[in-house]
Amino acid sequence: MSNRVAIVGIGQTTHSGRRPYVNDGELIYDAVTKALADADLSINDMESVMAGNMDLFEGHALNDAMLNLYSGAAGRPGFKMNTGGTVGTMMAIQGWYHVASGLYDIVLVIGWEKHDEGLVTPAISTITDPAVDRHFLVGAIGGLATVSVAYMQRSGCKLEHAAMVRADASHAASRNPNAHMREIYSVEDVMNARMVMYPLNLLMCCPTSLGATALVLASESKAKKICKKPVWMKDHVTVHVEYGGAQFGIGEKRWTSHMEAGAKLFKRNHITKPMVETQVFEMYDPFAFAIPMWLEDFLVCEPNEGWKLVEKGALKLSGEYPVSPSGGVLCTNSIGDSAILRVAEAALQVRGDAGEHQVDREVKQALASGFGGSYWSDLLLLSKTMD
Amino acid sequence: MAGRVGIVAASMTKFEAAKTSQHLMDLVVEVTDKVVEAAGINLKDDVEAVISCSQDHWDGRTISSMPIPDATCSHLKDESKVAGDGAYAVLYGAMHILSGDNNLVLVVSHCEESITDGTMIENWSIDHIFHRMLGLDYTMGAAMQARRYMDKYKITPEQFAKVVVKNKGNARKNPYAQEAMDLTVDQVLKSKMLADPITQLQKKPVSDGACAMILASEEVAKKLTPNPVWITGAGNYYEHHNLGDRDLAECDALIKAAKKAYKMAGIGNPVKDLDLVELSEYYAPEELLWTEGLGLCGRGEGGKLIDSGKTQLKGQLPVNPSGGLLSGIPITVAGMTRVAEAVWQLQGKAGEHQVQGAKRAVAHGCGGLCGQMHCVLVLEKGGK
Repeated sequence: MSNRVAIVGIGQTTHSGRRPYVNDGELIYDAVTKALADADLSINDMESVMAGNMDLFEGHALNDAMLNLYSGAAGRPGFKMNTGGTVGTMMAIQGWYHVASGLYDIVLVIGWEKHDEGLVTPAISTITDPAVDRHFLVGAIGGLATVSVAYMQRSGCKLEHAAMVRADASHAASRNPNAHMREIYSVEDVMNARMVMYPLNLLMCCPTSLGATALVLASESKAKKICKKPVWMKDHVTVHVEYGGAQFGIGEKRWTSHMEAGAKLFKRNHITKPMVETQVFEMYDPFAFAIPMWLEDFLVCEPNEGWKLVEKGALKLSGEYPVSPSGGVLCTNSIGDSAILRVAEAALQVRGDAGEHQVDREVKQALASGFGGSYWSDLLLLSKTMD
Repeated sequence: MAGRVGIVAASMTKFEAAKTSQHLMDLVVEVTDKVVEAAGINLKDDVEAVISCSQDHWDGRTISSMPIPDATCSHLKDESKVAGDGAYAVLYGAMHILSGDNNLVLVVSHCEESITDGTMIENWSIDHIFHRMLGLDYTMGAAMQARRYMDKYKITPEQFAKVVVKNKGNARKNPYAQEAMDLTVDQVLKSKMLADPITQLQKKPVSDGACAMILASEEVAKKLTPNPVWITGAGNYYEHHNLGDRDLAECDALIKAAKKAYKMAGIGNPVKDLDLVELSEYYAPEELLWTEGLGLCGRGEGGKLIDSGKTQLKGQLPVNPSGGLLSGIPITVAGMTRVAEAVWQLQGKAGEHQVQGAKRAVAHGCGGLCGQMHCVLVLEKGGK
């Protein structure tokens, strides 16, 4: 039986596209300071400090060790994990294992990225095998444009639905002071944006942002002592499947890793109606089709229903099942930080501390997801109560 | 530790300077096949999660574990990657089991150092604001550390050279080793000078290879093998990064990691309680400093320890009976091979370099500039 684990401190930097006078260590320090202040603890209370991001994006090797004066890991335990876009959720999960194993009582986990100091698309282009399929996929957009077309073909989703998703996200982000792109866009604005790779135009793609997020995780006994509003990490699932250009969701194929993650998580937690039993979903949504398509693939709604929910306005901040009320990855994408930010935002919703973008109902349970590689899914279930 | 984590089996490739005919994933397939056979399990049905260990820069690839599900037959399973040293991946695998989340985990690490320029990667891991432009790499760091160590504790170059003679000599009995050599102290000191006092033979050679192991909960481990090896203690700590924030003749992180692991395992006197140590010496002087950090001798006595012969293969407490990293093991794989060697010793499967009657061992992984992070694992056979 695992030890139970709670989130007892949450901190994030503001996010933006360029901050030439702030270095990556200072970003980390900012998020850590805020998380510790939120938990009302000092760095000396942390038994282990773990920081993760993507090595090739800024070009630093072993940067967990390089920046450990800023993160507070110097002189403490910790190690780095790197699993692509899911690295942020992986940091939360790594922290969960540290505490659930009984080896640690309280740990600090950090995800960060500073995209203005690197080139993302050339780095992402190296994820595929140099001999077999590197020439298929240019950055992330090649694969995501392909799956978007496939989704439109099989489900009846139109370009306008993706534009609605982006317009909704812009309204949500405008209420989130930490989001990167806070401009409000109409459906027409989105439709008129410059095409990048059909069907994804510039506004339907996530931006490149910079920022950091830190979480303090504690064991049950510790959390109850030190925290008035612990958010329990009730369950988590990680699924990875083999990549390949030819397998990238073409035709009838659905996102199998998301499906496996959703199936496992809901079965283990006896969730039969995810849109009722969870009240909000902070999704890693790096392109506008992700929200309708992946709601289906995570088994949250029925196949081909996702875009109809968008059309009804059900997924807006004020809708019946708010998805990414923070504005999501569509408005803020600092990759190593993007997925842990989903966990942080979902936890804020559970606590009722999301401020202007707090959803208008009690959040008893929330979902947070991470996405990376070509098919890599992390799905977490957060809860107000332990049971 | 709350429960016990057993290591059921371990495997390695032979280590070579350049495995030009094998793709990185061929190495993973090779060690996975071997370890699955050794553990007597079904890869597809029995392995619940895979922990891999590699670093993007060394593979020249963002998300270097992308092809791991393919190579380990773990389609739709939990796969996650430790981006550091392999010993940490073993520790993370143990956490998966201790948490009750998994009963059987495959841990695998791979690296082909020959496909890239390691000096540049080392430089990219050094603080980019103050130190990187000095052109530092790990060899220069090791040289500065060795100089400080010599200066503070009166250790001599001859004592460093003895480490090389011992380790490359031990490697002659290890069929997986890359560089087995019959050397003299003089030959080591007279090999090409890289960064004073580090000569070519005192530096780990460029190497390609992989390592894997199967970790299981106590119940499952006992079912699978009559001689599981238990992880009974673990500790890991970071040093400060900036060299100005450290005394390079000291190794505080290692001392803390060892103390924590020993306390967990109930070890009071490591010299008496341990039967062998497999540690990560990327450079010869590190072995002496790490033996001090691991409490195998007093502070400043690393030189005396190698002089005494106690750490020889037939000595009282053999250190690196396998030949250590100096015989050629790639980065990231390094710490995991230390664990694997210790496992084979405790299972009595080490072959010609077997330490007779070994019951308890320490495996040590490390990484970064001047040994910036250390992971110590205590391994035991038998017990309740």
